[in-house]
Amino acid sequence: MSVREFAERGADLELVGIQKRFPGFTAIEDLDLVIPAGSFFALLGPSGCGKTTTLRLVAGLEEPTRGRILIGGKDVTDTKSHERPVNTVFQSYALFPHMTIIENVAFGLKRRRIADPVGKAHEALRLVELDHLAQRKPQQLSGGQQQRVALARAIVNRPALLLLDEPLGALDLKLRRQMQLELKGIQEEVGLTFLHVTHDQEEAMTMADTVAVMNKGAIEQMGAPAELYDLPRTAFVANFLGQSNLFTGEVVGTTGAAVTIDAGGTRIVVPTARAQRHQGEVTVGVRPEKVALHAEAPTATADRNVLGPGRVIDASFSGVSTQYIVDVPGVGAVLVFAQNIGVGPVAGVGAEVWVSWEVEHGFGLEDDPGESGRFPADDSTTAIAVQRREALVSELEEH
Amino acid sequence: MSGEVQAAAVLGGFTESETQEDRGPRGFPRRRRIGLGDWLLPVYTVLAFVFLLIPIAYTFVFSFNDSLKSNISWRGFTLDKWLNVCNVEGGAVCQAFTNSIIIGLVATLIATVLGTMIAIALVRYRFRARSAISLLLFLPMATPEVVLGAGLAAQFLAVGVPKDMTTIILAHTMFCISFVVVTVKARVASLDPALEEAGRDLYGSPSQVFWRVTFPLLTPGILAAALLSFALSFDDFIITNFNSGSVSTFPKYIYISASRGIPAEANVIASAVFLFALVLVIGAQVSRAARAKRLAKLG
Amino acid sequence: MAFAAFATTEAQPQAPKRKSRIALFLLLPGILYLVLFFLTPLISLILTSLQAPAEFGDIGQYSYAFNWQNYVTVVQQYLPHILRSFGYALAATVFALLFSYPLAYFIGVKARRWPLLQSLMLVLVIAPFFISFLLRTLAWKQLLSDESFIITSLKALSLMAPDAHFTGTPFAVIFGLTYNFIPFMTLPLYTTLERLDTRYLEAGSDLYANPFTVFRKITIPLSMPGIVAGTLLTFIPAAGDYVNASRDFLGGPDTQMMGNVIEANFLVLLNYPAAAALSIILMAAILVLVSIYVKRSGTEDLL
Repeated sequence: MSVREFAERGADLELVGIQKRFPGFTAIEDLDLVIPAGSFFALLGPSGCGKTTTLRLVAGLEEPTRGRILIGGKDVTDTKSHERPVNTVFQSYALFPHMTIIENVAFGLKRRRIADPVGKAHEALRLVELDHLAQRKPQQLSGGQQQRVALARAIVNRPALLLLDEPLGALDLKLRRQMQLELKGIQEEVGLTFLHVTHDQEEAMTMADTVAVMNKGAIEQMGAPAELYDLPRTAFVANFLGQSNLFTGEVVGTTGAAVTIDAGGTRIVVPTARAQRHQGEVTVGVRPEKVALHAEAPTATADRNVLGPGRVIDASFSGVSTQYIVDVPGVGAVLVFAQNIGVGPVAGVGAEVWVSWEVEHGFGLEDDPGESGRFPADDSTTAIAVQRREALVSELEEH
Repeated sequence: MSGEVQAAAVLGGFTESETQEDRGPRGFPRRRRIGLGDWLLPVYTVLAFVFLLIPIAYTFVFSFNDSLKSNISWRGFTLDKWLNVCNVEGGAVCQAFTNSIIIGLVATLIATVLGTMIAIALVRYRFRARSAISLLLFLPMATPEVVLGAGLAAQFLAVGVPKDMTTIILAHTMFCISFVVVTVKARVASLDPALEEAGRDLYGSPSQVFWRVTFPLLTPGILAAALLSFALSFDDFIITNFNSGSVSTFPKYIYISASRGIPAEANVIASAVFLFALVLVIGAQVSRAARAKRLAKLG
Repeated sequence: MAFAAFATTEAQPQAPKRKSRIALFLLLPGILYLVLFFLTPLISLILTSLQAPAEFGDIGQYSYAFNWQNYVTVVQQYLPHILRSFGYALAATVFALLFSYPLAYFIGVKARRWPLLQSLMLVLVIAPFFISFLLRTLAWKQLLSDESFIITSLKALSLMAPDAHFTGTPFAVIFGLTYNFIPFMTLPLYTTLERLDTRYLEAGSDLYANPFTVFRKITIPLSMPGIVAGTLLTFIPAAGDYVNASRDFLGGPDTQMMGNVIEANFLVLLNYPAAAALSIILMAAILVLVSIYVKRSGTEDLL
């Protein structure tokens, strides 16, 4: 595919055995990845996980130490950035400050000597509803407008693959929501392949059809957002994508249908199909919104895990829901998100409560329990608060 | 040196220093009750400026003096000297002035090209001799002019090069390079690398990216550096004195005539240069302020 | 800060090999130029400073030797000039600092709410640069001559002895040096003060410091980089200057500085070895003083 012509449609992206070393550290150890044409793919991970490096490798702004990059089945590993049918929406937008908006958008078309660059640039600006600002300079535009210009400047080239480097990071929450919807709409309209890099799990989940969670230069888990959320395979994914209650214990019984573990004297059952490991010491988990809070001991049934009695050590009201932290002796802190269906709290701090969830909502992780536990560098302050409180409580209990 | 760089920025009015943009977080001084400090400092500032500008006013006023040969006592107002600048001493003042302009232009051109290239290399590339090169660029700025001048003169003497315009230009270029490097380097370093990456991403070849993205963005810094170079060269006397032989420049002309009296025509030229520079700089500042205001309104 | 502009510690992205050729192409012409017209002259100056008069030669003819006694001779002969150079330069630096600090403070801190006024005041600070520095100095010579309005008034008010002079005295030379290098002091001071976060000052007074203590404990330490840069920018050229001290300008026979004797030896007496030895002494002394100063003021990272 020559850069002199437009891509008819999005192309597949294939990364084969990619490794990238910088002096002093390895950004990507060994990465294999296939992104099918026309999809909206998100690479999600904390800063320093190698996601931006991956994007820069695809854009041709870095060269891989090892491995091949294929776009539309064609090896572009040794192709220079300006010869690749790929465009990027930069994190800082990188609009040329010395050119007007229209000159910015027409820049790529002019370099490729495509007919009527200005007309096509206006068309792209109309798509992002900014054609009336065509003669302005970038610094006269607001953050959201600049972001849309950056998007227009990239998609006007009809690249086979569009790379988005945390393009919404600089926007405020409300604008970000709006831009997420617009981006998704544009992607569906033009049918390009989008590779979106972000550390915002909500952004990744709302926009992408496939999300790959990246950690320490490797992909931990990949799949549709709902799938990833419902059945995380590692503690990292379980806590990076939303929050999770995790319990570690020895497997005490396995049947075709269920795995039972003993977590500090309490039995917890997970479906065998949803557990990655079936013997030895394992970590199982459940999402906090799947957990119910009871003021009285519920009757135990085969399809329900019950923990308790425990004590509510924190309750924080957040509008639609209330987050409870329940300390269950032997098990530790359990996080519960309860919808505020009734009036007033279900339980106050200090109250004796039981928690329960349906067995089918549990999941079993594949990592060694030693490495698991809560993801230490979680962005969510709630998770950090929970960790702190847990540590404090266990410290108090020791004395 | 920063003073010089700052001067260049003001001279040009081109560098978008942070004066306009990052004002917020550092805060404005809060209004308090009116105390001693509230009027003492402004009054001092006014007096300080009066003091700084006294000799300039003197020079300007005496350019209208109906003086004879030397221009020491006031003999009455005349526009003659302004109208017939080159008539004195067979046009020696004008000859010296022309020499200064030529030397300034050529030295500025060479120093700006060489210095800009070094500045780009220093920011963009990694190489071993880096600290040695930084030292080599720093030393000329930390060396007294008299040493620079004597060194070059000793060198020309040892090699047997006769002193003329060329030796002056060689000397001026030498001390301007470091100042150009400092000025342009700041600009290169403040350039967002993502802009050039965007250029490459948008199908620009390396040379297209340089000429269409990098160079236009560096232009304000390069222009400021060139203006600074010219100002340094134009006003230099000490280094020139050691390396000029019989060639006269404007400052050298004044130095030599100082003992027998400076003709008012020299005041005319100096005043004209002063007014020209002042108009240029104030114009640039005002238009920049207007631009900033317009931007703020639109944004 | 310009002195900081040459810091070598910034992180550099890794550059492929191919690019080192571009770097070489960019660096070579300029570096070669500086080697040829700065470094070689310095070496040539050192060699000259060790020359001995040529046998059977004319005045101004010397041959290469290792005549280190040149240094002893010039120090013996010109010790007063050497001391004067550094004394005058030091005094001028102190006066310029005292003059410039309030000015820079007003422009950089107090005038923040009026950006246009701020930049116009900066233009006024550098305005003296626009007029030849020799003419400025000559203007002062006229303004402060014995017949001038200023001096006759001072004498009439008995603030000066009737037979006293101003021009030709050390005071006049220090005055001239101070005046001429004020912009070099004010601009770096302005640069740091302009960046001074006034919330630190408010925090200081919130924590029970009176205005003077706030100034001494907060403003001064925070503006140290500007003070160091400004004093260096003033001291170095002032120590090597010879225009102000020259007899045709503000000086007299007893105010000659090193620059004057270097000039006289080189251009008039054609005693190149003496001029060269004095130059080397001047440069070495300045480098030593500057490095001690920078080390003691704790701003090494400026260099």
